[in-house]
Amino acid sequence: MAVRADELTVPRGRPGVVGQVRLWLDREPVLGPVLVTPALLLLVLLVAYPFVIALYFAMSNAFIGRPSEFIGFRNFIKLWDSDVFRQTFQNAFVFTGIALAFKIVLGICLALLLNETLWFKRMIRGAVLLPWVIPTALSTLGWWWMFNSLYSVVNWTGIALGIMTPPGPNWLGQAYYAMAAVITVNVWRGLPFFAITILAGLVAIPKELYEAAEADGANANARFWYITLPLLKPVLAVITLFSTIFTFSDFNIVYVLTKGGPINSTHLFATLSRQIGIDTGRLGEGAAISLYLFPLLAFVVWVQLRFVRKQVY
Amino acid sequence: MAVARRPLLSKTVKHLLLVPFLVFALFPFYHMTLTSLKQDRELYDRHAVPLVIKQGPTLEHYTKLIWETEFLTWTKNSLLVTALSTAISVVIGTIAAYAIARLKFFGVAAFGTGIFVTYLVPTSLLFLPLAQIVNWVGLGDSKWALVLTYPTFLVPFCTWLLIGYFRTVPKEIEECAMVDGATRLKALWSIVLPIAVPGLICAALFAFTLSWNEFIYALTFTSSSEQITASVGVTSELIRGDIYFWGSLMAGAVLGSVPIVILYVFFLDYYVSGLTQGAIK
Repeated sequence: MAVRADELTVPRGRPGVVGQVRLWLDREPVLGPVLVTPALLLLVLLVAYPFVIALYFAMSNAFIGRPSEFIGFRNFIKLWDSDVFRQTFQNAFVFTGIALAFKIVLGICLALLLNETLWFKRMIRGAVLLPWVIPTALSTLGWWWMFNSLYSVVNWTGIALGIMTPPGPNWLGQAYYAMAAVITVNVWRGLPFFAITILAGLVAIPKELYEAAEADGANANARFWYITLPLLKPVLAVITLFSTIFTFSDFNIVYVLTKGGPINSTHLFATLSRQIGIDTGRLGEGAAISLYLFPLLAFVVWVQLRFVRKQVY
Repeated sequence: MAVARRPLLSKTVKHLLLVPFLVFALFPFYHMTLTSLKQDRELYDRHAVPLVIKQGPTLEHYTKLIWETEFLTWTKNSLLVTALSTAISVVIGTIAAYAIARLKFFGVAAFGTGIFVTYLVPTSLLFLPLAQIVNWVGLGDSKWALVLTYPTFLVPFCTWLLIGYFRTVPKEIEECAMVDGATRLKALWSIVLPIAVPGLICAALFAFTLSWNEFIYALTFTSSSEQITASVGVTSELIRGDIYFWGSLMAGAVLGSVPIVILYVFFLDYYVSGLTQGAIK
């Protein structure tokens, strides 16, 4: 630019000290770092540093309120040999896999419906999104009551409709039913996020494509498989990756609904990590369990950075 | 095309297909509210129909919750923690996002990537070491520990959301102001921020919601009744041994959600746009 800002602010003579600081601060190589410093400090002190501590804990025999020693990879090996951990490992994959499958399929269905011209459009969207904004710990309490062994409204309805034989399943007391219950609540809470995000992807698809396909005689089915689905792929990839991390590391639902039981059949990494690290005080082992989440996190971050974000920038 | 000839019929069918989704989404809230308003005698009657109130509603569970438990203290704690951590995070996030979106300086790309990566870090990965840090700085069992730690997930979120908003503000407007003698900071304050107000509202709303809903840090870093938040109080203090007071428990779950529901009713469109922006960017 021909006219520099400082020539205008300081028309004659040397600027005072305040003016000099102001000028110095106005240069991008100075102002940039100044503006990001608070965020950077926060991330270094309360994210990066804890991460280093987690690494140290995981390789030590740290116990709450006691000095610790370095023991190498013993925690990781010991965990890998324990039944509880193996069960948790398996649970995490079952939980994430099934919940994600439901969220993707139902999310696409719901988004397709929401994309139609509807009465009370805004109200319907509001209702659909509600489970996602309400505090999970509190809404899960509602589900806990709905799955109660004596007064389950789910069983009452099932029996009334003739789908279940009385007294119906003891949802939170039997391994497979408990897993089904925590998956149901996770799908319930995550579905709005999928539906609304996929809806945004649907809206972005140019209408002309459908008109051209229709003119060529493609029916609704073909239009979905050959236009909608391929063009939704980027959105689906992003939300699936995103949701993988947060489903895999879920804590609230399992903690409130089952505390990991019955007999560890619904424990996930986060709930087991808390039980071992806080309730029994074995910080080292607890940290090691959390860190088993890390490879997956690293993988998702890598995929996002390598493939997905490229399309945006 | 039979369907096209009868648009009203096809529209009705679409609405009917939505009904199961709406029932799934809303029923838990209906049932929670219903339970919180039922008298104990009907609540624990195994022959009563659980879907309606037949023997008259009552507010006794709510009065019990408010007068016989520390619920009001927990709510106050929640409000304090949420308001402060939201304010801190929106300010830090705004200036960082502006720098990343607009300024050229050493390490800006790396910092942007760093923000994105921390945005993906789940809270359950680092709660154990953070609990230790909180103890070391003398904030063990204190709500201030939450004010300190919530920005670790709020700042990456706000920054990420706002980078997107700032990029949509045309550079030329700012450059005009600077030609007229304004400094960068002045231009940010009086030109860019007013244009980005919808983005700021969105960031504040999401930060508020995320911190109000946060659970694992609150559960781990605080434990005494005077320090805990509403979510933790309702889920842990109202459950004593094996005796559950379902009416009060559900009343707590309903009341603990009220602040979010109020915001939600007024700012629904911001929630929808923020959700898609934050996730897809």
